[in-house]
Amino acid sequence: MTQRTSPGHRVRELTTAVSGGIGESPVRPDGTLKVRGEFAYSSDLWHEDMLWGATLRSPHPYARILAVDITEAVRMPGVYAVMTHEDVPGANIYGLEHADQPVLAVDVVRYQGEPVALVAADHPETAQRAAKRIRVEYEVLDPVTDMVAAAKGEGPALHPDGNVVRYLRIRKGEVEATADVMVVGEYEVGMQDQAFLGPESGLAVPAEDGGVDLYVATQWLHVDQRQVAHALGLPLEKVRLTLAGVGGAFGGREDLSMQVHACMLALRTGRPVKMVYNREESFFGHVHRHPAKIYYEHGATRDGDLVYVRAKIYLDGGAYASSTPAVVANAATLGAGPYKVDNVAIDCWGVYTNNPPCGAMRGFGAVQAAFGYESQMDRLAERLGMDPVEFRMRNAIAEGDTMPTGQRIDSPAPVAELLRRVRDLPLPPERRGRVDIRELPGGVSNTTHGEGVVRGVGYGVGIKNICFSEGFDDYSTARLRLQVIGGEPTAMIHTAAAEVGQGLVTVKQQIVRTELGVERVTVHPMDTSVGNGGSTSASRQTYVTGGAVRKACHTVRDRVLRMAAHRLGVPQEGLSLAGGKVVDARGAALADLAEVLGEEVVEATEEYRHRPTYRVDAERGQGDAHVQYGFAAHRAVVDVDVELGLVRVVQLDCAQDVGRAINPQAVLGQIHGGSAQGLGLAVMEEIQVVGGKVRNPSFTDYLIPTILDMPPMTVDVLELADPHAPYGLRGVGEPPTISSTPAIVAAIRAATGRALHRVPVRPEHITGT
Amino acid sequence: MRVTFTVNGERREADDVWEGESLLYVLRERLGLPGSKNACEQGECGSCTVYLDGVPVCSCLVAAGQAQDREVRTVEGLAEGEDRLDPVQEAFVEAGAVQCGFCTPGLLVAAHDLIARTGQPSDAEIREALAGNLCRCTGYEKIMEAVRLAAARRAETRGGSPEVGP
Ligand code: FES
Ligand code: FES
Repeated sequence: MTQRTSPGHRVRELTTAVSGGIGESPVRPDGTLKVRGEFAYSSDLWHEDMLWGATLRSPHPYARILAVDITEAVRMPGVYAVMTHEDVPGANIYGLEHADQPVLAVDVVRYQGEPVALVAADHPETAQRAAKRIRVEYEVLDPVTDMVAAAKGEGPALHPDGNVVRYLRIRKGEVEATADVMVVGEYEVGMQDQAFLGPESGLAVPAEDGGVDLYVATQWLHVDQRQVAHALGLPLEKVRLTLAGVGGAFGGREDLSMQVHACMLALRTGRPVKMVYNREESFFGHVHRHPAKIYYEHGATRDGDLVYVRAKIYLDGGAYASSTPAVVANAATLGAGPYKVDNVAIDCWGVYTNNPPCGAMRGFGAVQAAFGYESQMDRLAERLGMDPVEFRMRNAIAEGDTMPTGQRIDSPAPVAELLRRVRDLPLPPERRGRVDIRELPGGVSNTTHGEGVVRGVGYGVGIKNICFSEGFDDYSTARLRLQVIGGEPTAMIHTAAAEVGQGLVTVKQQIVRTELGVERVTVHPMDTSVGNGGSTSASRQTYVTGGAVRKACHTVRDRVLRMAAHRLGVPQEGLSLAGGKVVDARGAALADLAEVLGEEVVEATEEYRHRPTYRVDAERGQGDAHVQYGFAAHRAVVDVDVELGLVRVVQLDCAQDVGRAINPQAVLGQIHGGSAQGLGLAVMEEIQVVGGKVRNPSFTDYLIPTILDMPPMTVDVLELADPHAPYGLRGVGEPPTISSTPAIVAAIRAATGRALHRVPVRPEHITGT
Repeated sequence: MRVTFTVNGERREADDVWEGESLLYVLRERLGLPGSKNACEQGECGSCTVYLDGVPVCSCLVAAGQAQDREVRTVEGLAEGEDRLDPVQEAFVEAGAVQCGFCTPGLLVAAHDLIARTGQPSDAEIREALAGNLCRCTGYEKIMEAVRLAAARRAETRGGSPEVGP
């Protein structure tokens, strides 16, 4: 036995005692663990006697399963279990919005990579080899791969209700409106991958009560719990989830991956089972960003006022629904962009095909539409002989305007201001004289010394809904405990809201410090022993879980102040907590918080809901579907080697309104990271799918931006409070991913004069070869 | 087979190692050192970077047997002492260069090596040295900041004067 336990093997609570309330940037409570290599990610977990799980997946995008023979696999030494659909203890069907996906395929596989069987063995390699010994006989079928044909009802139905997952239409004003000037364009968005670095993984530990404890990297513990329990045929309380360290998410961990599989193997073998996907399996193990085909027609007056927009948007959801219905809602309701336009007709389809399943990825439906409408804005401006920024500013939506859904924007919407700010940021110096080749397209590959390199500048702006929409009961829960530990008032905050890297653990501590005036704050591990925290998506956690933490703080604070008032014989009005003291209205300290608390443990659990939203109607897509809108604008400067089609983004600047920067450093981190993913979509990232099969499931062939690809960024953060949101904050994570892609493509167009109707832009699109 | 080597200054051995096991696997799964990460296991991401005889390598590409009798230093061994951090670790936390942190262990080893070699690297040198380390969360801005900060601090503590003026 050479294994030793390491701090990195076990999920723990995080405590820091530093100053830093809201508006400051205290260090992350998990920062030290992470830089010491002691933070327990889901793939690091270890348990005495644990086994390793492996998954056998379909090699075909569409096939009937005729027979599965596990005999050889079962006989292999070191193999403890081999399981197929017959062994799924509960319902063999799950899904985020529609339950349409089997835990293990029964008689048909609908995408390449669909799980068919499972193995548990004493070594990961043994498990993999055993999986390969399972014999599956397939009758290969012709896959459905064309999203537009699927929307039209052509080809075989892949699910009982046909191949349209959702169709949504938005109608505002005159459908037949005409204008002085019009532009028509067709656009395409390739399939992007979240490419989080921490692979799908987790550890399932069978429990004495017949249940299971699952430690896993996910975006939403409670929705996993519900689906896992259902598939295992267990009551909810027998399936307990704890969040293990998450190595990034970006939407790719909203759906289940190995959760049910690991639990099945653990319950069957009676041993803890760990599953870790490798990078190739990860490409098959989670949903991707919907590829899109988009048709836009825009009309404007000669003076440059938008008159109408008409669009048809097709989104390829792949084999299972995942979150396609909500992605359709975003693409349709946000399809006119952050612009004032009185006449709107948008039709949007999300469809089933035999391509890889698509679902949530940062920007969620808004990304695809933005590439289309921003491309159109540039073309309209050009047609009108106007400056693209002036044209956008002239048509920018503002507070008080109505969206195509009829929803009135009732908080700041500084779209024109963001564009103005990003335009006015200093430009990088012109290239002059001898240039370091590292700063040219192609870099050290030494493809040019500056000849054939043209600079271009482009702009993009986008809109995103923040929080869950369309009437969803979107809430979060926070449990807060305040007591004296070691002579110091100590708060413990407990939620189930997933920390995926964004820094929610820090934000929760900051809120507690601000509201309770204590420094020492412990973050309890996130798990299902506390109420639902909702999903870490839709840029919603600081808003919703932050709101719940604040509410729990207020309940605790009121109780403590009542205790203090009683003890001190003063009225409670005017008392507050600050710097570890009870203070009066003038800020004078009346008592130490520690003394007031004494032996008492003050605890409260609170739920927070944002204001309600509503479904849009089926006829015209009208309704107050969204809680809040977020906006960001980018300016990109690129150098393009027009002969070779190589692009180097020289600078990428962003202006974004965040309402209130709860943690300015983390806000910048989100804007930088989101912009980088937008850059990836603009110039390099695409899962290439041919005939339903993925051609590039590796980091060798699926490229994400490196530190050489990312230019320096200047970020201008605006803080215009939203009166409806806690602290006035506005969700931050997604808007920068939306506008960076069109800004970069606009810059490449400016440099090359090419139309560029597809992302990612490839060298051959630039050279025309 | 049995593999014996020095990890973070301590002699360690692992038994029953399969031919195909990588140094990364042995560190993570046999020696209780999961700090080095496994984001791709194909030599493309740098999350598994460790020092092997003082040179940064992707430990996923090194067969465990190749480490026999050699010296390995991982992220767990960067800090000198239990409650101290190496300046580069400190700078990553302070600058906000750590989000999910999955890329961090590999970046720390690469940045530690860069600073040890060059003292105060230029931005172009930092980018070149870290080009093999993918990060999906940060867009690299804060990583640049952290490396500059760590290099400047090291220069100060070593008595070297940080660059002043244009
Ligand atoms: S895990 Fe070794 S380079 Fe990615
Ligand atoms: S911090 Fe998440 S990959 Fe770098």
